[in-house]
Amino acid sequence: MALTGLEIYKQLPKKNCGECGVPTCLAFAMALASGKAALDTCPYVTAAAKEALDSASAPPIKAIKFGKDSVLGDENVLFRHDKTFYHPTTLLIRVSDALSDADVEAKVQEINILEFDRVGLHYSIDGVAVVNESGDAARFEKVASMVAAGTDKSLLLLSSNPEALKAALVPLAARKPLVGEATAENYEAMVNLAKENSVPVILKADGLDALNDLVEKAQALGYKEFVLDPGSRKPVETLANLTHLRRLAIKKKFRPFGYPVVAYTSHPEPLDEILEASVYVAKYASAIVLNTSAKAHILPLMTLRQNLYTDPQKPIQVEPKLHSVGEVNENSPFYVTTNFSLTYYSVEGEVEATKIPSYILPIDTDGTSVLTAYAAGKFEPDKIAQAMEASGIADKVKHRNLIIPGYVAVISGKLGELTGWKVVVGPRESSGIISFAKSQLM
Amino acid sequence: MSVALVKERYSSKVGEVVLGATSEQGGTRTSTVTVGGDSALPYLHFEGELKNRPVIAMEVNDIVPTWNEAIMNQFGDVLNNPAAWAKKCVEEFKADLIYLKLNGADPDGENRSPEDCARIVKEVLAAVGVPLIVVGCDNDDKNNEIMAVIAEAAAGENLLIGLAEQDNYKSITAAAMVHKHTIIARSPLDINICKQLNILINEMGLALNKIVIDPMIGGLGFGIEYAYSIMERARLGSLANDKMLSMPMICTVGYESNRCKEANASADEFPGWGDLQDRGVLWEAMTASAMLQAGASILIMRNPAAVRLVQKNIADMMSK
Repeated sequence: MALTGLEIYKQLPKKNCGECGVPTCLAFAMALASGKAALDTCPYVTAAAKEALDSASAPPIKAIKFGKDSVLGDENVLFRHDKTFYHPTTLLIRVSDALSDADVEAKVQEINILEFDRVGLHYSIDGVAVVNESGDAARFEKVASMVAAGTDKSLLLLSSNPEALKAALVPLAARKPLVGEATAENYEAMVNLAKENSVPVILKADGLDALNDLVEKAQALGYKEFVLDPGSRKPVETLANLTHLRRLAIKKKFRPFGYPVVAYTSHPEPLDEILEASVYVAKYASAIVLNTSAKAHILPLMTLRQNLYTDPQKPIQVEPKLHSVGEVNENSPFYVTTNFSLTYYSVEGEVEATKIPSYILPIDTDGTSVLTAYAAGKFEPDKIAQAMEASGIADKVKHRNLIIPGYVAVISGKLGELTGWKVVVGPRESSGIISFAKSQLM
Repeated sequence: MSVALVKERYSSKVGEVVLGATSEQGGTRTSTVTVGGDSALPYLHFEGELKNRPVIAMEVNDIVPTWNEAIMNQFGDVLNNPAAWAKKCVEEFKADLIYLKLNGADPDGENRSPEDCARIVKEVLAAVGVPLIVVGCDNDDKNNEIMAVIAEAAAGENLLIGLAEQDNYKSITAAAMVHKHTIIARSPLDINICKQLNILINEMGLALNKIVIDPMIGGLGFGIEYAYSIMERARLGSLANDKMLSMPMICTVGYESNRCKEANASADEFPGWGDLQDRGVLWEAMTASAMLQAGASILIMRNPAAVRLVQKNIADMMSK
């Protein structure tokens, strides 16, 4: 639970010096409680008070950073409709050190090209998990260094042997890999190794009770950069464990479980594996280690991740400027729609499919769809007329025909008057654009 | 040390709905399908009962569809014969239900007569023993005509018929009441309209256990998150005893996922997206999997390869 302003006030020096930029300590406490100020701006707060306040205001799930800009955890809700999910599930592709050098290189190549562009968004895979299956420390070190040389993506180094891990980790410590895994048997060596190299470490135990014990013991070593693995490898059990961990962290602020969680897929067949991973993307995994690295498999998973981690209060928008599809010329048709990303890209996809080079002008409707925008007064004739003026469309085409979505046929008259253009009522749904174009534009 | 887990205690559960009717119940189905009845969030077996596993209804059309070849090829030569198509879905692909979509009724297309539509429904009923879902075309007026005739011709079969919508629910609700069918109540990604529509239908006298919610969904990559959150909220509502949100949910997974570009564009066209075969299958299967996690009870699907994957995912989620 977050502290109230009064609870915070009790910990402050009560000097009312104003050096923090707020006139009184009480006002500063209120600002802290609402997240509008940072404790660092108070020059007189005692170390003891600082620690008490920091731990009370710490997020329910600690943010763990590693590799190349990977952030795990720091989530605040169980359901995206309660606010939003913040840090998209980090996806790591497994590379075994039991593979031949050539196979390792091929796999790294395949991982490096896992970059996708769709609906104006760019997705790229987060990292590589190097797994010590050979049982050989020297081999593990060699493969880890090969992978590190072959990619700048985030790294996870996974071995249950502290010696092997040390050999692989030390030369790569500057890359700040995530390492693992610490278990009840090896945790002292593993956690100390992670601590010495300032990298986060996975704590793995079989079941939640054992995991709780392990976290307590590991924390006692004076380190707190952890990622949890509750050990289950059966999908429905992993779902239950991921849910328990998230609920305890958020609803109970249960500190031992206030860390991100990693999940591992268990299905050997890649398509089954991707469906299994989709469960963990939806339900609370901070990172997933996958086997498949085929583009056709990873794109759907990354798309689901992008969808579920979209802030429900901030629809994705496209830039409200004139867009062109294909090799446009002075006879190209001109469509108007809204700047809600899904609306725009549905229209763009269909316009592209008509094979007629065209202009599309998305109107800034704060990222709402046609009907919602119209109902909210954000898709009005004067606004469209202004946007057309600003876009310079009149100089780009010699015709004066403007195609509007069928749902707003009612604005045709006024829009025609304001612009002097002939308003053509298009289909209601983007799926009707191809047949519309065939009958009206060809 | 043992950790005290958080187990939610819900005051209610998802309503149970039975689809189809056997000969003792006034129909001709060899078995019925029961959906809903869950007293926990999806697949959290530790806090309640997931009473009936989610089911898959495979889509059959009365005219040959314009789906992509990767899907069409899996059906062989049955696509111009709804009865044979349905039989193949049940026998070969293990569909729990058949979803018969009568696109041929469209006045702008084949303009099939209500009697002709009813004949096709009867043929499919004769070909398979599983319960049927029957919906019309894209024309509301025509649908009201055909559904009245179909409901009468299949009286007692307890079909799941659609669609009842906010501005067009009376005629189909009346048909369901008179001829003992169940209806799909569709709302446009809006939980308030969803609830309102259930109230309106219920006020006409149709029991709550004769309604299934279609919240409308988007395909993967095209607004699936809106459906996901609305369904999660509806599921939480039903567990918190909101009777007007407690019906099982049906999702048009095959239709929505397969109209996405990613399910159809070849690798030649979009080399960055990888091979179409697996991508197309996963686009539909993952749309289904996301809807299952949000609380879907009935998935309407097309691609047999995607159906197989989702059947395995359901088995995974229902295993204890």
